[in-house]
Amino acid sequence: MTENVLEVRNLTVELPAASDRKHAVEDISFTVGPGEIVCVVGESGSGKSVTAQAVMGLLPRELKPVAGATLLEGEDTLHAPVSRLRQLRGTKMAMIFQEPMTALNPVARVGDQIAEMLEIHTTHSASERRARAIEIMKAVHLPDADRMVDSYPHQLSGGQRQRIMIACALVLDPALLIADEPTTALDVTTQAQILTLVKEMQERRGTGVLFITHDFGVVAEIADRVVVMQHGKIVEQGPREQILQNPQEDYSKMLMASVPSMHPPERMPVEGKTAVKTTNLVKKYGSKGWFGAGREVLAASDVNLHVARGETLGIVGESGSGKSTVARCIARLIDPTSGEISLHGTDIATMSQGNLRPHRSKVQIVFQDPYRSMNPRRTVGQSMVEAPMNFGTPKEEAMAMARELMETVGLSGDALERYPHQFSGGQRQRICIARALMVNPELLIADEAVSALDVSVQAQVLKLLDDIRAKYNLAMLFITHDLRVAAQICDRLIVMQNGVVVEQGPTHDVYSAPQHDYTRLLLDAAPGQGVEFGSGSATVA
Amino acid sequence: MAIAAQSPFRQTLRRMFGNTSVRVGGTIALLILLMGLFAPFLGTRDPSDISPRNRNKTPGYEAMVRDYDGNKIPVVYRMGSDTLGRDVYSRVVYGARTSLIVGAAVAFLAIAVGLGLGLVAGYFRVADGIIMRVMDGMMAIPAILLAIAVVSLFSAGLTSVIVAIVVAEVPRVVRLVRSVVLSIREEPYVEAAITAGTPAPLLLVRHVLPNTVAPLIVQGTFIVASAIIVEAILSFLGIGIPPEIPTWGNIMAEGRQVFQLFPHNILYPGVVLALTVLSVNMLGDGLRDTLDPRFAKRV
Repeated sequence: MTENVLEVRNLTVELPAASDRKHAVEDISFTVGPGEIVCVVGESGSGKSVTAQAVMGLLPRELKPVAGATLLEGEDTLHAPVSRLRQLRGTKMAMIFQEPMTALNPVARVGDQIAEMLEIHTTHSASERRARAIEIMKAVHLPDADRMVDSYPHQLSGGQRQRIMIACALVLDPALLIADEPTTALDVTTQAQILTLVKEMQERRGTGVLFITHDFGVVAEIADRVVVMQHGKIVEQGPREQILQNPQEDYSKMLMASVPSMHPPERMPVEGKTAVKTTNLVKKYGSKGWFGAGREVLAASDVNLHVARGETLGIVGESGSGKSTVARCIARLIDPTSGEISLHGTDIATMSQGNLRPHRSKVQIVFQDPYRSMNPRRTVGQSMVEAPMNFGTPKEEAMAMARELMETVGLSGDALERYPHQFSGGQRQRICIARALMVNPELLIADEAVSALDVSVQAQVLKLLDDIRAKYNLAMLFITHDLRVAAQICDRLIVMQNGVVVEQGPTHDVYSAPQHDYTRLLLDAAPGQGVEFGSGSATVA
Repeated sequence: MAIAAQSPFRQTLRRMFGNTSVRVGGTIALLILLMGLFAPFLGTRDPSDISPRNRNKTPGYEAMVRDYDGNKIPVVYRMGSDTLGRDVYSRVVYGARTSLIVGAAVAFLAIAVGLGLGLVAGYFRVADGIIMRVMDGMMAIPAILLAIAVVSLFSAGLTSVIVAIVVAEVPRVVRLVRSVVLSIREEPYVEAAITAGTPAPLLLVRHVLPNTVAPLIVQGTFIVASAIIVEAILSFLGIGIPPEIPTWGNIMAEGRQVFQLFPHNILYPGVVLALTVLSVNMLGDGLRDTLDPRFAKRV
């Protein structure tokens, strides 16, 4: 048996005294072999990042490792002195992070940042370092590496920046690569490329990879073995097929069941009264400067859509596709440049803010970030009654309505007295949904409303959204980048790319027979193809 | 999660008073405030009372002085006397009043004006360009120069000095408030309020204004410190408060000619001035650490 690259043995890390639990991770043990990809998967707060930090010797000062060891090729990094850790980082273990923009120094050339690793750990001359940097950049498939070596991070795309990060990490051929959610901030097509790259690098160089993720699609895509974590403990671990197809523990089963399936169920076409309709909606950003021509960006170009009462229309696309722009124009959070927005027969596209106010109640939004969508200084009740009181409902009546709606979204009425920070992300998103319902809207816009939530919570909130759509006969505009989520909740889909609608149709048709190349690209890029989630276990096709 | 059912406001208060800079700076500033408030009861004499016989006495000098009724009373010149025989200790203690009034008035007025302009500039795009260009113009004029102009246009006095310093401080407050508004208006909860149909003035007061309170408290303390210094400078230059009113700047100005022989005329007001500004700045630093999350130390 070959020696393990990494062995985490009975690791326990203590949290500060005032925390909600005693240990960040408790008595966890697992191994990473050479050339093996081990995925640590779990929801937020499960301790997966703390594990990675412990191995790298990067634990925040408040977190104390109290027991166990992390053996990197037999050497304990948990108790190694700082100077030794510094030698090991880069040469034997390396890490890539979630956010490639902030992980790179914005004022240094990318080539120099790769060469820095060599400068610290090797005796290469400057020209050798440069040559080596270009070589590794070619290895991670960066185009035109000879020129790109002198670029600054802001000149590269997100995917290219992540490739630079990987190049930095791998330039000294470390035995262990730790990847902490490296694709979470990337678009789905870029994510697919980065996953392929990680896999290729690991195969070619025999690097052991500890891959931290919350996404079961990613797990299905690249893992050799899977470690499922919850509340700082390992729930179960084993080879990928075993965990995905035959999970033993309830928690793993529940997690897997919560991952939405890529296959949309058959849905009946909805025949309802049209709630909102846009005609040739255009939004241009930027303007002519004082001196000469300014830069203009067409964020949305000739968008035509309509949503009927009782129907969910999904808008999918990658970042910068203009999907949120369309939603925000319809809610009149931004002013469209031209086109019509017909809300129950009235064109609101060019209405002044004053005339718009009576129409505000008809369109309500649930935002992506549940931590920022409520004023932290006001109680939940105050936030809930703001809208109805603006439209003349007396306070007592509004409070009674708020109490009722809180029960509808599965929270108790006394939550109204509390402040937003006392609720979890999922609970806050429920409150936001309840708040949107306070003024009896006709159209509910969910702008990435479940994207920031853990997968098990996501499933519950999705179900809630679907339930209230049916109960209140709402028209729903569902903006998402996640094709799995879109498949489960949308009746019809619009696919956007660079501000243009490239394809639209019933969800089932779009998934089974995509017409446009871009749609096909998106569908192919979704991680975990060929693995069917949505039940207690996954089936590998 | 077991989070204490406390409002964010009370948590902040608790954190604030746990900060060493806030405690030390606040205590000293409070003592100086009390000194100004209770000046008549701190063993002081009339700070304008001249005594030609007891000119230029060193600290600790004891003398018999006639009071207004003609009775001889013993007087101890704790900080010596100036060139007119006035008690420097009494003048320093009374001088705290002027400095604190100027500091507080300038901070209050600059924030009141700057907050209004900043909210409007930050929230309404149309007003932004106009207000900010005017503010840029005002920033280009040196505060002291402006003060000299205002004082020479109107009469020298407390009001002129306050107005002059306020004019110089307003643009900074406007910039600060505008930057806060610009970032807060992008917050989803502000957008949620817009979709809730909340009228703009109410929205500004309810959702945006509270976010400016913390940075403004911090900025306010720095304005107090800077106003106290500018007032002292103006008085020292003889273009601020008239010389008959005791202010730290005036005392130092009068002691200037005899500084080499009798340094106490400048030393004592100078030390108290420095201590006041230091304490207010410390208080401001501490408040910034606890109130302004961007500068807050990590737990």
